[in-house]
Amino acid sequence: MINDEYCLVVEAGKTEKNYWKDLWKYRELFYFLAWRDILVRYKQTIVGIAWSVLRPLLTMLVFTIVFGKLAKLPSNGVPYAIFVYSAMMPWQFFSNALSEGSSSLIGNANLISKVYFPRIIIPASTVIVALVDFLISFILFLLILLWYNYAPALSIIAIPFFLLLSFFTSMGFSLWLCALNVEYRDFRYIVPFIVQFGLYISPVGFGSEIVPEKWRLLYSLNPMVGVIDGFRWSISGNSCPLNPLNFFVSIAVTFIILISGIWYFRKTEKTFADFI
Amino acid sequence: MSLIIKVENLSKKYVIGHKAKERYKTLRDTLAASFKNFFVGKRKVNNPEFEDFWALKDIDYEINEGDRVGIIGRNGAGKSTLLKILSRITEPTTGKITFKGRVASLLEVGTGFHPELTGRENIFLNGAILGMPKNDIQKKFDEIVEFSEVEKFLDTPVKRYSSGMYVRLAFAVAAHMEPEILIVDEVLAVGDAAFQKKCLGKMKGVSESGRTVLFVSHNMGAIEQLCNRGILLDKGLMVLSSDTNAVLSKYREFINRSQVTETSGIGNESTRRGTGELRITSFQLLTKDNEPANEFDLGSTIRFKIGYKAIEELKGLAVAIFFKSNSTNEMISSLRHEVISMTLAPGNTGEVIIEFDGQTLRPGEYPLYIHISEKSYYSNKFDLLDGYVAPLVIRRTGNNFYNNYVMTGNYGYFSMNSSVISVE
Repeated sequence: MINDEYCLVVEAGKTEKNYWKDLWKYRELFYFLAWRDILVRYKQTIVGIAWSVLRPLLTMLVFTIVFGKLAKLPSNGVPYAIFVYSAMMPWQFFSNALSEGSSSLIGNANLISKVYFPRIIIPASTVIVALVDFLISFILFLLILLWYNYAPALSIIAIPFFLLLSFFTSMGFSLWLCALNVEYRDFRYIVPFIVQFGLYISPVGFGSEIVPEKWRLLYSLNPMVGVIDGFRWSISGNSCPLNPLNFFVSIAVTFIILISGIWYFRKTEKTFADFI
Repeated sequence: MSLIIKVENLSKKYVIGHKAKERYKTLRDTLAASFKNFFVGKRKVNNPEFEDFWALKDIDYEINEGDRVGIIGRNGAGKSTLLKILSRITEPTTGKITFKGRVASLLEVGTGFHPELTGRENIFLNGAILGMPKNDIQKKFDEIVEFSEVEKFLDTPVKRYSSGMYVRLAFAVAAHMEPEILIVDEVLAVGDAAFQKKCLGKMKGVSESGRTVLFVSHNMGAIEQLCNRGILLDKGLMVLSSDTNAVLSKYREFINRSQVTETSGIGNESTRRGTGELRITSFQLLTKDNEPANEFDLGSTIRFKIGYKAIEELKGLAVAIFFKSNSTNEMISSLRHEVISMTLAPGNTGEVIIEFDGQTLRPGEYPLYIHISEKSYYSNKFDLLDGYVAPLVIRRTGNNFYNNYVMTGNYGYFSMNSSVISVE
């Protein structure tokens, strides 16, 4: 009955060699947790779905009025509502993933203190839930395009790539924050601040062109700038051109945060059960 | 017999805070502390608020394939920590464990059950959490449903289940796992009597099928029935590892002579908490003839002897003893007496004996929570032992295993005086 395939060595202070293999073995749990979160979110609440439709729609409305009509900021000839909404989609995805992801470990404390599984599954599955919200708001976006009779550029086929990029950005931040949240409980107060603050320093209500040229590179250190510019470019094509250097800087920052997030998470995950 | 688990030099250290408010670390406090340390140069090692606590120390053990190992010890001995490390929930501080088989652990029934989801959905979710592949769950689905006796409510959210149904469903999923190594923590103490019997039968089946089982329980009867090997832990050390009977008799001897002293258990928040103005210096259970004992026959008189010491001046003394439930750890009954009404000077010591007639208490094990304080209800000067001393054991006369296992022949902890007044 003994099967050498299952031979496993746990040694103090050493990271496991088969971490990623283990993660693959637990992929079913990942599906199930994501499925549970989605099910619970949309179960018996019509508000759940309505909310993910209403929120981006209302924000779009407010931003269009404030930035487009009152402040008369440029939108490069794209209808302001579409201009805002194309930035709103990745931003909502990021902010949802971040707020849910950063508290995900604490919210699943009972699982963490009672069963083993690669802990990274938990924040990853909550980011998937944010993805479902994204898909709903994307469908809404298609309706808005119809309403404005606006034909998106051919580059719209690049959307999955930029979505992946925003997934990596959200994941990187979530990993840092949820791991820190386990040890330092006051991090949960920081998250709403990041989300709120981030909305103003990211080009959601306005285009990144209004930032003076000499500051643009510095501005691109905010990884969401790259993601949002990417979304705008893929929807409106040459009306919202993508600066390759700035974009590259944003991508680099995203990967630094993601990789360091994975590193920090793995470093601390074995003792989560002691703190939680 | 081939080796299936090898534990070498295993230790686990926790850093514990003595102040109750230090429940969670906050970034603000940590930053403030490191600023202070930077400027004042104070080292954390000297900080009396924090202390190293070794929950396990230098455990070496080998388990052969097919062994059913019972892990016993008093509260705070390190049993749960050992299980958590073996289940890979937490990391050891030192040491190495080698497994040669799939491990599944069951530290709680119904882990991850979500109240909004239906019974059917929860079976799949819980199965996945326990590490069962989806195909296995699908294959065993009917068996699980049948075992749990909830087929009528499969599509009802579990928040509408009775607690009995909930537990039955949860255990049913767990009982159908088929790992090579199964780690179980006292999960059997749930559900009604008939279902407990069924669970125990299932557990016996599992162990007879040649799988390796590690089982933690306070229930000596269950260990005796299920296990062929035993490990006795105390204060994080392995005291004895041998066959079940030898370990059980050592344990009984051990708890009978283990003494409470003024300082025992201090530093372990879960078993001893106090404010420091007074201390419990000894505790003993006595029979009616003042003979020390831990196990009592049904209906016999029980005496509690408690020693105290005043560290500071106290306004009188009150003693309270709470009985807890062995399965849920909630308090089920208590007694309290204001024993001294005059002022106690610092350094005063003494002993109090309280008698309980024991007539109403049903057979079972009752962890004890012993609390001494100033006389007034409103005083916040106290010392307490929470499950530190061996539990009070009420024996059933006769030796039927199932009757001993199931906490009561009738339900509940106490018998009730009742009579029929009229029948029409």
